[in-house]
Amino acid sequence: MTASGTPASTGPASIPHLDVDPFDMTFFADPYPAHQLLREAGPVVYLDKWNVYGVARYAEVHAVLNDPATFCSSRGVGLSDFKKETPWRPPSLILEADPPAHTRTRAVLSKVLSPTAMKQVRDRFAAAAEQRVDALIEMRSFDAIADLAEAYPLSIFPDALGLKPEGREHLIPYASVVFNAFGPPNELRQEAIARSAPHQAYVAEQCQRDNLAPGGFGACIHARVDDGEITATEAPLLVRSLLSAGLDTTVNGIGAAVYCLARFPDQWQRLRDDLTLARNAFEEAVRFESPVQTFFRTTTRDVELSGARIGEGEKVLMFLAAANRDPRRWDKPDSYDVTRRTSGHVGFGSGIHMCVGQLVARLEGEVMLTALARRVAKIEITGEPKRRFNNTLRGLDSLPVTITPA
Amino acid sequence: MPAITFIHPDGKSERVETASGESAMQAATRHGLDGILAECGGNAMCATCHVYVDESWLARLPAMADDEDALLDGTASERRPASRLSCQIKVTPELDGLIVRLPERQV
Repeated sequence: MTASGTPASTGPASIPHLDVDPFDMTFFADPYPAHQLLREAGPVVYLDKWNVYGVARYAEVHAVLNDPATFCSSRGVGLSDFKKETPWRPPSLILEADPPAHTRTRAVLSKVLSPTAMKQVRDRFAAAAEQRVDALIEMRSFDAIADLAEAYPLSIFPDALGLKPEGREHLIPYASVVFNAFGPPNELRQEAIARSAPHQAYVAEQCQRDNLAPGGFGACIHARVDDGEITATEAPLLVRSLLSAGLDTTVNGIGAAVYCLARFPDQWQRLRDDLTLARNAFEEAVRFESPVQTFFRTTTRDVELSGARIGEGEKVLMFLAAANRDPRRWDKPDSYDVTRRTSGHVGFGSGIHMCVGQLVARLEGEVMLTALARRVAKIEITGEPKRRFNNTLRGLDSLPVTITPA
Repeated sequence: MPAITFIHPDGKSERVETASGESAMQAATRHGLDGILAECGGNAMCATCHVYVDESWLARLPAMADDEDALLDGTASERRPASRLSCQIKVTPELDGLIVRLPERQV
């Protein structure tokens, strides 16, 4: 990996060209040196491998996220430009949409996943976290990914949505396809899409009104059809957004938090000494590990960003994870600190497309870490953690641990 | 630059200088003020920068948008007529001297 500046013959500033492939296995294995290279090369870089612009500093990532009129989402938030290529699935009505269309659909999901809605599920989520910790204390040694980070969200989120018990094994594989598909046409993406048919069929079926239990998030979305806020054809696609982005993300978020707390025993101790830090310990893990590593935008016009000129119709790759560790913005960015003021991190994005399910994620993280820290004295990593590779998501495939009850 | 006074539930008050174009939430978090979480970073999505605006200032604030109104229904501490989200209060020179009270809890 090298940075080679192009001659500053024309334009306001030269844009460094890098031969970094941010969707390569070696990048995924250890992205941090490359993140630093990307940040230090300049405010805007160009990645020759995929012919895209990139931003890795906090200020530029934040600026791109907060200018949706210039950096649009309707042409896809992956590498594929929906203006030039047919999307692999019908586009999302919220993620892959711009105002004004986005404003209406976003309002529906915001209401369904509002702070008020969270108050109604809090006790249930907390009780399930306690039950999960009961089971883990019985086991003592387990895989913190399968038995904790996956098992816990799986025990609450599909029920909260109102899904049928049958077929839930498709949920994580479906999400894995969705997040791989934002990447370039590499092996990860092509194989994921090739295997996606059964998962897509399951999801399409579950999004229908008749298949969603009353009172769940899914039924609440469909109820908006009756108010005239959305149409009957839009509702299933909005339910699909929760199925796509509501489970695997929290699995990786909780996995990240447990991995951090197991690696940094002093932070685990601080959390144990003050359980009110649980919510921030989760939030800091989202900053530190950034389970969603990247998203693309597409320029709607010629634009100058921090002195760099970008033409219309160009893909811009935002390195959320690199922004979350930009020393220009964060003090000791590479330290996991459960007392850090995390406000402003872009692990959930920022602006109009900021994760609409962020309150669900925080609630799950908070109640799970509270239950763990109250009842577990020590978490020891007992085997080599294995990474799970995905074009967009960062997380582990397995994390063998042994716990000591408090 | 306009300054805001935040009054904590225990009665302790903190005066915070704002920078140009900042929201009351941004000024508070930049100064490390306890009692404003702002989990969503100012995107009007989380209701953890809740404040009670002093009666004498309430009418001088920018009007409340629908999304702020809806979020205030879900605040951790009770919603009152003077409740606002501090991320939605952009501090203009006319708001110099603004007084807001912090709720008991943000989550």
